[in-house]
Amino acid sequence: MGKMRTQSAPWRAAAVLASVLLVGGVAACGNSDTGGGGTKDDGKITMGFSQVGAESGWRTANTISIKEAATAAGIELKFDDAQQKQENQIKAIRNYIQQKVDVIAFSPVVESGWDTVLKEAKDAGIPVILTDRSVDSADKSLYKTFLGSDFVKEGRLAGEWLVEQKKTASGPVNIVELQGSTGAAPANDRKKGFAEAIAANPNLKVIASQTGDFTRAGGKQVMEQFLKANPKIDVLFAHNDDMGLGALEAITAAGKVPGKDITIITIDAVKDGMQALADGKFNFIAECSPLLGPQLMDLAKKVKAGQEVPARIETEETTFTSEQAKEALPNRKY
Amino acid sequence: MNDTMSRYRTMIGHRLFWPAAVLFVMLAANTIYRPGFLSIELKDGHLYGTPIDILRLSAPLILVALGMTLVISTGGIDLSVGSLCAISGAIACMYISKQPDQNSLGVVVTALAMAMGVSLVLGAWNGVLVAVIGIQPIIATLILMVAGRGLAQLITEGQIITINSEPYRAIGLGHALTLPLAIFIALAAALLVAAFTRRTALGMIIESVGGNAMASRLAGIRSGRVIFLAYVISAACAAVAGFMMTANVSSADGNAAGLWVELDAILAVVIGGTSLAGGRFFLSGTIIGALIIQTLTTTVYAMDISPQTSLLFKAVVVIAVCLIQAPAFRARFSRRRRNVPPPATIADKPKEQVPA
Repeated sequence: MGKMRTQSAPWRAAAVLASVLLVGGVAACGNSDTGGGGTKDDGKITMGFSQVGAESGWRTANTISIKEAATAAGIELKFDDAQQKQENQIKAIRNYIQQKVDVIAFSPVVESGWDTVLKEAKDAGIPVILTDRSVDSADKSLYKTFLGSDFVKEGRLAGEWLVEQKKTASGPVNIVELQGSTGAAPANDRKKGFAEAIAANPNLKVIASQTGDFTRAGGKQVMEQFLKANPKIDVLFAHNDDMGLGALEAITAAGKVPGKDITIITIDAVKDGMQALADGKFNFIAECSPLLGPQLMDLAKKVKAGQEVPARIETEETTFTSEQAKEALPNRKY
Repeated sequence: MNDTMSRYRTMIGHRLFWPAAVLFVMLAANTIYRPGFLSIELKDGHLYGTPIDILRLSAPLILVALGMTLVISTGGIDLSVGSLCAISGAIACMYISKQPDQNSLGVVVTALAMAMGVSLVLGAWNGVLVAVIGIQPIIATLILMVAGRGLAQLITEGQIITINSEPYRAIGLGHALTLPLAIFIALAAALLVAAFTRRTALGMIIESVGGNAMASRLAGIRSGRVIFLAYVISAACAAVAGFMMTANVSSADGNAAGLWVELDAILAVVIGGTSLAGGRFFLSGTIIGALIIQTLTTTVYAMDISPQTSLLFKAVVVIAVCLIQAPAFRARFSRRRRNVPPPATIADKPKEQVPA
């Protein structure tokens, strides 16, 4: 030890190489088959799908839904996990083009920078379907359709439920809002939809709104301060279940009963959130469903058959109250 | 008169004066904005109030920053602490969630031991890369920063692992003597590190290695061993911080746990007066630095500064703190006013380059 200066260069190079290999090894674990030969023209549809990554339970459920739906629909699926990197995704799409798949579908990691690769797919005559997230390409002919949730609508559904609940309220209703990551589309859109809906009743007022970064720790930390700064909070609107779950702990620690003293509305409907709803700790959840696999496979068949499809298709979603959550919970997949 | 004046000068000159003053000003501003900011009440036998929140939430940051202080004082840097927090939390929660009786103390202790063991190995990995192989610390620890997040996600299988274990929860939310347990854990770690570095020669050895590793080696100090040790301690601190973070919300989130905490920790160390060039460290300054950062975050929420402007607000405060902390900057002002020569600064000393 302590030979910091006397190390020989090859030694160091070997160490760096070993480290890089280690990183590569870890990163490669999630990758699956993008290789393999081209497709035979046997009437069977082949779909190349590039997923964002596996960053949350929501995403994992999304992946499972797509894989299961492909098997059920008899579509051959080539699946790639982009590990949150656009370059991986572009590489995967180029692979699919070379393999001459029938349909390419992907959830873009970011909004911009897709024009070139989408143009390549178009030139190769392969239709592209976007899922869950959109791209900002000016040329809308580069992809067939965008299948995903309408975040504004989710916010609006949450707001409309609240308006309905509080329509008999005579005094002001104080609402605090836990926003998602600043600048993220779901955060902006859910905030907008909710604000539009509650504008129907001037008694409903958002008295504080902060970002909890879509995480439990963030939601908890912000809620702790909300509770101390505002003696009267009637409603909490959280942009996802996780922030709501974090806030639950803060509310309990403040000596209040979540679901009773403070009405809690969230979005997503992941398992832990649904459990809280069934337990009466949450009051209402607007679903943001990851289970778009069956819809995607239907679309793929239609596109392959040359049928026209709408440019924007919403995922089939619903809302849950406490009773509905109790019924739905045993069958939830995520 | 002269006596008061010199006492005043000594106080101003104390290295903890400016960070403490900044903390005081922030608390004062909050109290003016909302008079109830500092109020503490007793709820269910626990003290409850914003100051308690600040102390509890800063506990993980204090831990991470303590380890970071030692690493930085050897002239290195540890970017992997955030990922280590995620890994330690993920291992502990994953193990607990698989057990039939999550409330058993034995299960929790096993989980903590396993997670700590893995963290120490990863800390040793950093230490070997830096001290034995001689890779630049920023690159060596970057490897684990990137790979570690992936590792944490592999452990949790990309899910948020929710657990229901009272003993584990206590690490983040338990109470002792009406105060959160996390505060005592952080305090104990601080005292432990302080005792080992300031009551023995270890602190001076670390500083000497940070000042000049080669000269220290020639003087008979095993520099490599000291540097190696610093990274292992840093990993251990990060592991405990990871326990606190996950216990705080009773769930492990491989993606979000400890995200960017390494940057907060480096900032806390710098605010505390430790030079990034190495060779000097101030544990008490680091703790005040961590408190300043947490108070700043809490201020944003308490004053309900909009998320879009809060980043700018934080940046402005941090720049102000760093400027006030910089002796050269202060000297400029005092010289202009009183014509006093600038104090000698350690930070200005040119740092010898170490090949990577």
